[in-house]
Amino acid sequence: MLFTSYGFIAFLAIMFAVYFLAPKKWQWVTLLIGSYVFYAFAGLEYLVFILFTTVSAYVISRLLKSALDKENGYIEKSRDTLSKEERKAYRAKAKKKRFHILLWGLVLNFGVLAVLKYTAFAVHNVNGVLSLFGREGLTVPSLLLPMGISFYTFQTMGYLIDVYRAKAEVEKNPAKLALFVSFFPQLVQGPISRFSDLGAQLTAPHKFETKTFTFGLQRILWGYFKKLVIADRVLVAMNTMLDAPEDFKGVYVLLLILLYSIQIYADFTGGIDITIGIAEAMGIKLAENFDRPFSSRSTKEYWRRWHITMGTWFKDYIFTPLSVTAPVMKLNKFLSGKIGRRAASKTVAYIASGVTWFLTGLWHGAGWNFIVWGLLNCLVIIVSEALEPTYNKFHDRFPRLTSSAAYGKFMAVRTFLLMGLIRSLDCYRNVGVTFTMWGSMFTFKGIGSLFSGGIFELGLGLTDFIIILVGVCVVYAISNMHAKGSVRERLWQRPVLSAALCVTLFLAVIMLGAYGAGYDASQFIYNQF
Amino acid sequence: MEKLLEILAELHPEVDFETTEDLIDDGILDSLDIVSLVAAIDTEFDVTVPAEEIIPENFNSAKALFALITKLDEE
Repeated sequence: MLFTSYGFIAFLAIMFAVYFLAPKKWQWVTLLIGSYVFYAFAGLEYLVFILFTTVSAYVISRLLKSALDKENGYIEKSRDTLSKEERKAYRAKAKKKRFHILLWGLVLNFGVLAVLKYTAFAVHNVNGVLSLFGREGLTVPSLLLPMGISFYTFQTMGYLIDVYRAKAEVEKNPAKLALFVSFFPQLVQGPISRFSDLGAQLTAPHKFETKTFTFGLQRILWGYFKKLVIADRVLVAMNTMLDAPEDFKGVYVLLLILLYSIQIYADFTGGIDITIGIAEAMGIKLAENFDRPFSSRSTKEYWRRWHITMGTWFKDYIFTPLSVTAPVMKLNKFLSGKIGRRAASKTVAYIASGVTWFLTGLWHGAGWNFIVWGLLNCLVIIVSEALEPTYNKFHDRFPRLTSSAAYGKFMAVRTFLLMGLIRSLDCYRNVGVTFTMWGSMFTFKGIGSLFSGGIFELGLGLTDFIIILVGVCVVYAISNMHAKGSVRERLWQRPVLSAALCVTLFLAVIMLGAYGAGYDASQFIYNQF
Repeated sequence: MEKLLEILAELHPEVDFETTEDLIDDGILDSLDIVSLVAAIDTEFDVTVPAEEIIPENFNSAKALFALITKLDEE
């Protein structure tokens, strides 16, 4: 049941009615049942996997909590009898034991994800190597990939790590934990929530509030506008170019990069708007996933503002712990003696960053294009970091220029283009083809054909391009207004204007939404992750 | 404390670490800086900062960071 289907709209209407009509103490149960019904529509067989994650997380989290209580109890009881060194040694031993418990949970769950998502990729690569030696390849297995498995696995493993670190309370009720794992609006494409932010909200009673409900519906409508009017329309032109990339080289590559930036932004932020809006209508606040990313002046800043919950997940659960592991610290000490403390600490930070970006690429998909995408992002960040002293000198030399608004805009456009270029690996889905296309961009091939009518041979007419342009301007304007304070709060003070705008937006979705032949309103990009 | 200020100054010579109290919240120290810092602390103080202690509250000021190092050394 996809967000863009009529079935989902009907499901949502029933869900809202049942949620607010149910006795307050059973509201969370209606959410749990609704979430499982939603998931069952994706495939009954998928339920086995989400149940496995839930049950294993429940058991492991209870074991972790019991080990931590025992550890704290012993330390408290023996505070006066143990020396500082003995206390430290006991803590280290107990922590190691807890880590082994955690490891079981991580291995089991990431193991399932790895087998389902990456087996075919691994076999393809093995076959590639075998063919070099003239050997017959292995059969590529066709495995199920449950909807949203990457999202719910990451969210649940985040909970387990937080329990291990004593940063989250353990959930004693398995059904309540099941709701945290399966909460239906965020199953499709996140955001990846933290138990400490979401757990209690999901099970707390929520009274129907006209304002919150209206705000939720407005955000849902805004999401559908971005998805159906802009993203799905742009997709038509993109698909034309991607079906035969060799026919669309040169300037068309630049056009594709631009269109994909618009499409992925409208698709992903639109989907997240729908998700956050559904939760908001029920009085549940989910974490924001975007903060005007295309205004970023550097790659580092971009990654703090795009897919925020994924970025913080990788930072908190991969990058940071990896950076402080014993082998990395040992390497740091070893390098300090050879190249100096400063260079050594930078080197370990870059190594941890490389591993994290490799995994981030792999999380996005089982393909070399995703891995190269991750590593290129890492390379840009590291090069920018290494060049920072040079940038600073330049800024000191030309303070008036570098503090001007125009220079800020230049940096934002530069970042937008650079990120778009790297992101095109995601479009062509093939590293070799992508690099060829990048090379062809500098030949300026196709300019003549593009401007002598070629642009209208991509499956979209003049009206479509006008709709896209107006849509992008509206999204840009609203996004800028929102940065200065909630647009919906301001509209709430002016109900007539608010109602008129909502009706206009609704009509735009109905009349200008990309439906019918040639359009594919069925998939959100992040569904596949 | 002086040793710590020295390490911090190596990362960002333009920042006054004795008075600044929003190093993370204001984006002065980013994740790469933090890892460099943790590595340098490990070398200079022989104190390993565990991942669960790498949170904004502990890295927002030199004072908070020094308190963390002292606590970890005594624990």
